[in-house]
Amino acid sequence: MGNYILKRLISAIPVLLGITIIVFLIMAMIPGDPATAILGSYATPENVEKLNRDLGLDKPLVTRYFIWLGNMLTGDFGRSFSLNRPVIDEILERFNATLILAGTSWLLCAIFGILAGVISASRQYGFADKAITFVVLIGISVPSFFLGMMMILLFAVNLRWLPASGMFAIYGGGDLPDLLRHLAMPAVALAVVATGVVARLSRSAMLEVLRQDYIRTARAKGVGERRVLYGHALRAAMVSIIPVLGIQAGFVLSGSVFIEIVFQWPGVGRMLVDAILTRDILLVQGGVVFVAACYVFFNICVDVAQSLLDPRIKT
Amino acid sequence: MNVLSWTRRGLFAAAAGAALATGLALTPGTALAQTPPGVLIVGQIAEPKSLDPAAVTAQNDFRIVVNMYEGLVQYKSGTLEVEPSLAESWDVSEDGTEYTFKLREGVTFHDGTPFNAEAVKFNFDRMLDEEHPYHNTGPFPLAFFFSAITETQVVDEYTVKLVLNEPYAPLLSNLAYPTGLLVSPTAVAEYGEDYGRNPVGTGPFQFAEWRSNERVVVERYADYWGEPAEAEAVVFRPITDANTRVAEMLSGGIDVMVEVPPTALSEFQGEDYNIVEQAGPHVWFLILNAKEGPFADKRVRQAANYAINKEALVNDVLEGTAEVAAGPIPPAFAWAYNEELDPYPYDPEKARELIEEAGAEGAELTFYVTEGGSGMLDPIPMGTAIQADLNAVGLDVKIETYEWNTFLGEVNPGLEGKADMAEMAWMTNDPDTLPFLALRTAAFPSEGGFNSGYYSNPEVDALLDKARVETDQEERAKLYKEMQEIVQEDAPWVFVANWKQNAVTSDRVENLVLEPSFLLQLEDVVKN
Repeated sequence: MGNYILKRLISAIPVLLGITIIVFLIMAMIPGDPATAILGSYATPENVEKLNRDLGLDKPLVTRYFIWLGNMLTGDFGRSFSLNRPVIDEILERFNATLILAGTSWLLCAIFGILAGVISASRQYGFADKAITFVVLIGISVPSFFLGMMMILLFAVNLRWLPASGMFAIYGGGDLPDLLRHLAMPAVALAVVATGVVARLSRSAMLEVLRQDYIRTARAKGVGERRVLYGHALRAAMVSIIPVLGIQAGFVLSGSVFIEIVFQWPGVGRMLVDAILTRDILLVQGGVVFVAACYVFFNICVDVAQSLLDPRIKT
Repeated sequence: MNVLSWTRRGLFAAAAGAALATGLALTPGTALAQTPPGVLIVGQIAEPKSLDPAAVTAQNDFRIVVNMYEGLVQYKSGTLEVEPSLAESWDVSEDGTEYTFKLREGVTFHDGTPFNAEAVKFNFDRMLDEEHPYHNTGPFPLAFFFSAITETQVVDEYTVKLVLNEPYAPLLSNLAYPTGLLVSPTAVAEYGEDYGRNPVGTGPFQFAEWRSNERVVVERYADYWGEPAEAEAVVFRPITDANTRVAEMLSGGIDVMVEVPPTALSEFQGEDYNIVEQAGPHVWFLILNAKEGPFADKRVRQAANYAINKEALVNDVLEGTAEVAAGPIPPAFAWAYNEELDPYPYDPEKARELIEEAGAEGAELTFYVTEGGSGMLDPIPMGTAIQADLNAVGLDVKIETYEWNTFLGEVNPGLEGKADMAEMAWMTNDPDTLPFLALRTAAFPSEGGFNSGYYSNPEVDALLDKARVETDQEERAKLYKEMQEIVQEDAPWVFVANWKQNAVTSDRVENLVLEPSFLLQLEDVVKN
C-alpha cells in the first residue's frame, strides 16, 4: 500500500511541472500587462516601461520562468503586486475560507446525495423515488449563482434572517454561530447541483447492487431490510460512489468561484478572478499551481480510498 | 415497512437537527440587520491594493486613504479649487519654478512622529529619487505628477521649498490629489515594503485593521489637530459584485454604498434611503481616427457628434446618472469650463447632410468597445446604442469588443490601421491633464502620449503649452476656454457624457456629501 501511494505521488510530479509551464505561458501570452492595469489612464509607454522594470518584468521569459520555479521550490511564491503582500500568505488565508465553504458543501452533498439515492433505489418507481428524482432534476438544472442570488433576495433582503454576504459579521462577531450564519446560504447554494449528481449516481449504483444474488441471499436468510440496504448493498455500492464524491470535491472547489463572487466569500476562487483582471501574474500563477496541487492530492486520496474498499483494484 | 419507518425517523431526526442548527445560528441574530451606531460601514467596489497613498491609483483606494492622510493642500469642499491643509500658506516665485510652503505647527502623525519640513522632504524624495533608501517601497505609478520637482529643500523646521525644472501650473492640484498625501517617515522605515498594509498619516482617522477581502477599519484619531471626526470608526467592505452590494444595502448590512448601478437606483427611492449625486471631473468620449478613413474629414467627425443621441444615452442607458458632455473639459472644473459652449444637438438630418457632403455614405467603420473598466460606465449598451445611431444616418459601424486591459493595449498605441473609433473615459484632477495628454500633436502615441486618434491643431498645441506654465488662474482659464471652443468645432472626439458619481445612504447616516473630486471625505459624516 505504501508503495502504491509513493508511486502515485511520484507520478504527480510531471503533472505539476506541466501545470507550472502552462499557467506561466498563459499569463505571458494574454494581452494586457500588469503595468497597464495598474496605471489605467496614465499608461504611457514610458510609464509602463518604468513600472515593468520596477516589477522585474523586463527579463526574458525563460529566465523569469526559472527564477519563479526556483523560488517556488524553496517555498517563495513571490510578492503580489496588486495586494502588496507575499503570494503564499494570501493563498493560505484565502484557501482556508474556500475549504470551509467547499468542505461544508461537499459534506452536505455526500450526506444528502447518498441518502436520497438509497431511498430512491430502495423504492424504485415508488412515490418517494419519483419525488426525489423530480427535485434532483430541478437541483441539477438551476445554476448555483442564480440560486444564490434568489436566496439572498429571499433570506437576506425580504426576510432578513441571514446576512447577505461575507464570512463574518463586519463589526463584532467572529465566533462559530456567526460563521454558520454566513455559511448557511453559500454552502447550500453550492451543494445543490453536486447533491443532485450524487443522488442520481448513488441511485443507479444501488439499483445495480440490489439486483445481485447475494442481496437476495441476505434477504432470504432473514437479514433485516435496513441492514441489507446499509450494511450489504450500500457498502458495495460505495466503490462506485466514492469516485463520484471525488469528482464532486473538485466540482464544489471550482464551482465555489461563482458562489464566492455572489456571496463575497473571501476565498481563493474570487482571489484568482480578481488577480486575472488586474494581471497580478505571480498571484495567478501561485494560486493556480496551489489549487492544481490540491486537485492532484484529492485524486490520489480518492484512488487510495477506492483501493482500500475494493481489494480487486491493483495497488 | 421497517425501512420506511426508519427512513422517516431518520428524516425527521435530520430535519429536527437542521432546524436546531439554524435556530442556534439565528438566535443572536435579532440585531442582524442593525449595524452599530457611531460605526459607519461603507460598501466599496473592490479590495484596496494598498493604503500607501503614493502607491495607489484607483478611486476605490483613494476613498480610504483620503480619510487617513492629509497633503500640503486640499480641494476646497464642493469645488476643484485648492486650499491650505497641512501647509498654512504658500508663495510661488515670480518665474513659477519655486513653491515655498509654510507648514502647520504642532501636527503629529498617528504614530507620534512630528510633522515637519523633513517629513515633507522624505515623502517627495521617496517617490522621486531612485537612490532614496525607501524608494523600493514603491512602485509609485503616479510619481510623474511631481516629475517637475527637481529638489525638495528644508528651509527651516516648518518651511519647505519645492524647486521645479520649469513652470508647471497643475502642481498645486496635483498636490491636492491623493498621490500628494503625506506618510509618516518612521512608519515607512519600520515596515518597509509592508508599509502599504500598515499605513500612518495625520488625518482624522487612523488605521486599525485590514482583513483581506473582508474589511479595512479606521478609527477616530483622538489627537487630530482639527475638528475630530464624527464617527467612531469607519469600516470599508469590498463587495465586488454590484447585485450583492445592492442586496447588502437593502438588507441593512452596509450604511453607505458607492457607485450604485443606474438600474438599481429605483430600489432606493423612498424615506429609508438617501441618494446623493455629484458631477465630477469625468469625460466619456469616443476617440475618432483623424488620420485615416472617413473621420479624417472634419465634417464626418462633426456628423458623428450630431448623429448620436446623447440625451437618450444619459437618460435611458445610464438612467440619469450622467450629463451630456459639451467638450473636452468637464464642467466640474468650474473655473476653467467654457459656459458658452452648448453640446452638439441631436440632429440626424444635419449629420446625413454632412456625411453626404463628405461623400462618406455607407462607409464601413470599426468601433472598439470595452467590456468594462474604470470610469467606462456601461460601455457595451452605450456602444450598441451609438452603433445604432450611426447606422441610422447611413454609416456602417462594426463593433469589436475587448476586455479592459486588452482594450487599453489596443487603443493606447493608436488606432491607425486598426479602428476608426474607440470608447474612452478619463477622470482627472486638473483641467490640464486630459487635453495635454490626449489632444496635442506632441502627445501622439509614438511620442508617448494618449492622442490615439492623431488629432493635430497647432493653435490648440500653443494654447495648452501656454496654459501649463501660466500661474495666474484667470489667465489660464481664458486659455482653456479658447481651447475648448476650437476643439469642439474640430470634433476630434464625440463628446458623450460627464458622469455623476452617486451614493446611497441609509436614513441613519447624516451629512454625507460627495465632492466633485470624487474623493469621499467622511470626517463630518454622522451615523446614528
